Amino acid sequence: MSESLVLLGIIIAASSGVPGLLLRRTSMSGQWVTTFLAVLGAALGLGGVVWFWATGESHPIVLQWSLPGAEFSVAIDGLSAIFLVPVFLISLLGNIYGLGYWKQTEHPQNGRKLRLFYGTMTAGMALLVIAQNSILFLFGWEIMALSAFFLVTTEDNEKEVRETGWIYLVATHVATLCLFALFAVLHAANGSFTLGPLNPETLRPGAATAIFVLALVGFGIKAGIMPLHVWLPSAHAMAPSHVSAMMSGVLIKMGIYGLVRITSFLPHPPREWGILLLGLGVASGVLGVAFAIGQHDLKRLLAYHSIENIGIIVMGLGLALIGRSLDRADWIILGLGGALLHIWNHALFKALLFLSAGSVIHAAHTREIDRLGGLAKVMPRTSLCFLVGAVAICGLPPLNGFVSEFLIYLGLFGTLMNGERRSFAGSSFAAPALALIGALAVACFVKVYGAVFLGTARSEHARHAHESPPSMLGPMGVLVACCFLIGLAPLLIAPILQEGVSAWAPNLKDAGPRLATLAPLEWITSMGLLLNLAVLLGGVVLWMRLGRGVVEEGVTWGCGYVAPTPRMQYTSSSFAQMLVGMFGWVLRPRTHQPKDLPLFPPETYFHSEVPDVVLDVVVLPTFRFGAWLFSWGRVFQHGNIQTYLLYIFLALIALLLWR
Amino acid sequence: METIFHDAVHVLLALGLPPLLLGLIAKTKALFAGRVGPSVLQPYYDLIKLVQKGSVFSTTTTWVFRAGPVVALVTAGIAVLLIPLADATAPLSFTGDFVLLAYLLGLGRFFTASAALDTGSPFEGMGAAREVTFACLAEPAFFLGMLVLAKLSGSLQLADMLGSSLASHWSADGESLVLVLLSWFIILLAENSRIPFDDPNTHLELTMIHEVMVLDHSGPAYGMILYGAALKLFVFGALVVRLAFPMTGGSPWLDWPIFVGGMLVVAVAIGVVESIMARLRLTHVPILLVAACLLSGFGIILLVR
Repeated sequence: MSESLVLLGIIIAASSGVPGLLLRRTSMSGQWVTTFLAVLGAALGLGGVVWFWATGESHPIVLQWSLPGAEFSVAIDGLSAIFLVPVFLISLLGNIYGLGYWKQTEHPQNGRKLRLFYGTMTAGMALLVIAQNSILFLFGWEIMALSAFFLVTTEDNEKEVRETGWIYLVATHVATLCLFALFAVLHAANGSFTLGPLNPETLRPGAATAIFVLALVGFGIKAGIMPLHVWLPSAHAMAPSHVSAMMSGVLIKMGIYGLVRITSFLPHPPREWGILLLGLGVASGVLGVAFAIGQHDLKRLLAYHSIENIGIIVMGLGLALIGRSLDRADWIILGLGGALLHIWNHALFKALLFLSAGSVIHAAHTREIDRLGGLAKVMPRTSLCFLVGAVAICGLPPLNGFVSEFLIYLGLFGTLMNGERRSFAGSSFAAPALALIGALAVACFVKVYGAVFLGTARSEHARHAHESPPSMLGPMGVLVACCFLIGLAPLLIAPILQEGVSAWAPNLKDAGPRLATLAPLEWITSMGLLLNLAVLLGGVVLWMRLGRGVVEEGVTWGCGYVAPTPRMQYTSSSFAQMLVGMFGWVLRPRTHQPKDLPLFPPETYFHSEVPDVVLDVVVLPTFRFGAWLFSWGRVFQHGNIQTYLLYIFLALIALLLWR
Repeated sequence: METIFHDAVHVLLALGLPPLLLGLIAKTKALFAGRVGPSVLQPYYDLIKLVQKGSVFSTTTTWVFRAGPVVALVTAGIAVLLIPLADATAPLSFTGDFVLLAYLLGLGRFFTASAALDTGSPFEGMGAAREVTFACLAEPAFFLGMLVLAKLSGSLQLADMLGSSLASHWSADGESLVLVLLSWFIILLAENSRIPFDDPNTHLELTMIHEVMVLDHSGPAYGMILYGAALKLFVFGALVVRLAFPMTGGSPWLDWPIFVGGMLVVAVAIGVVESIMARLRLTHVPILLVAACLLSGFGIILLVR
């Protein structure tokens, strides 16, 4: 039943954009039909997942397929259920948001295309998550990857967007190439294209390593693990905001899904793999947020935070893998439980942040942080939503980000504790790294929130911004509520996470410790409530005290200067300057500053930017070298068909002689 | 019955003592400078005076500016309830409570710094930037120290990590604990904006960190900030005291005075440091904080080698 509901949802979502193609491009009717279908499909999909949790039953659907080796076989388990929720939820909210953000009447040339591929991307992701056959998985994967290409290049009339689209397309195909190799090795090891655990007796160690490395690279590119993240920042920045929300919140998690699924097949992973994942997680986390601090573009900054959060998720997965190697159930549950919860949390707060950012861009027509400012006065609701998202992404209580980071902290500290077996204290050093990530995230989001929403407007656009319509605020409100719900009542989610962990490590299904006993989730609830109540009480006390005293208004104290202007405010670049300097050895910021000024300086300017080091220093030079290398091949290939016929003729002669 | 007694003493001490620490620091500095100085109770008078005063709010500010002091006070207020003071479990105690402690202070920092940016003043922006930047280095040092305590106690609960069993570890693994103690004392100075990181009494806004962040606050809201800062000093002071004097006298009538005495010693020590040192150049602050991280880092390496 649950599988049928999800499949029905997938079919409706995939076709949701089709009726719109037949309707007039200057009217809203097509968009209403599409949104209705997309919401219906997503609601059916979510219904299927809830049905699965309620009954715990799974009835795989298997259909014959004429493709050799392929089989249309889908099933839901604890893991796929967890990944299906953000796919359908964010798609549902994103479609409603699009009603106000990307109106067909305002974007007649690309609105229909956007909605068509929004639906197919949702369907592709849902399909790959429930696929039981690697060829079916690849079909879902490619539907998702190609739809995302068309979504990123929605505004393909701009050069920058087209360039971003190309980089994305190359990256995603490198990833797919790795997946082809991965599934070929899996087929060789397992004898079929059915996805399932590998037999430890027949598995050669080399094959296991090949599977792990191919999965890490292929899925790592999609997930955006540092240094495989090169496509991610621009793609998230260039896409329309509800597409960015879907890509950052959900699409990159498909890479994580692949990693989680494939690692669950490997019977006895060596400890080094877990350590490698943990190290990559720490690197992605710290460097992701460090790059984010240096950005001037609101959406690019959020995109780098996706890399940071993927890092946190990979840390959890690495811990779980180490736990599996050393047979420590508590590390598995806390590590993987934390990672799976962080997948949800990141989908919620990052979608919230991107939708709020979209709301800002919609109102102020710029993504430049240093041209915004003072929006809290003209857009109070958007500003509140962004604040909730910012506090949540920093992992601060009482919101959802705290819960998942708390679980990972407990797991990492747990590696210090001696069990019956040999412990592995080295991984505990990831805990201070997680603390560093958290503190850097606070610095970054204070900067963004302060520069965009607080103070006074730095440009005319920001001064005349307006609050967004309810169709945009509504989805943001739902996400805010979800952030609070998970932050205040994590005990509700514990059984779902437990189910996901059991799907990864089946021996923990009925035996072993439970998440709810390993982590004091009820304490998180009471502390969260206490915090909320105390803040409320403190606010009331201050408000009453102010009400009885004398309250005056005046200009901001400028140490005696009484006419402050918006240009005198601290900019986001100045705010970040010390941290960018501290990480200068890896960020390599580029600055232009006036030098050797004469006694009466003429007009000059200062400019700074933090480009993507991996893209600029490693990837682009490599590709340029490749282009130069292959240019030698042009001697043989110059588009003259007669010469090609000659090649064929000579080759045939050679073959005849050889025979 | 005994827990109720302990909790009551805990709450009374944690809420009543903090301003006295500020007074004692000022008194120590005055004595060093050969002055009489204000009474040690002066911070209490200041708080009472501020609560009764009127307020001025800048026209650029929003509700975030008013929320800053409230959140800073509330988070510090909950944080003091998480720390075990004398040889007793804190009123709020559970596995992983130290993570909540660190993140509560992070929440307070988020709102204090946001409130500073809400004024649109370049000075306050500067202060906020410095505060969040230095915290990035202080936070890992705190967690590295916690790794040492977790390893020694085999527990993830502050009540055990800073419990009386620590006294026995001082003889066996003293070198690790000394390193953590040094590291945490540096963190205490940094997080509470004391010399050598920040000079709370300097006259030049350009060089301040915490004081410049709260320039625009006035009246009761400023009182909340002052009290919140005192509570935060108490939190870090209590951590250092429990680490340095974990011994128990066997009876609560002895344990509580030991603890209070320890806190007073810490306050005097801060005063001495402030009297004999100058403020560091801002560019040198990160180096000292990285050193604090390394001290704790060596502490844990000594344990798990």
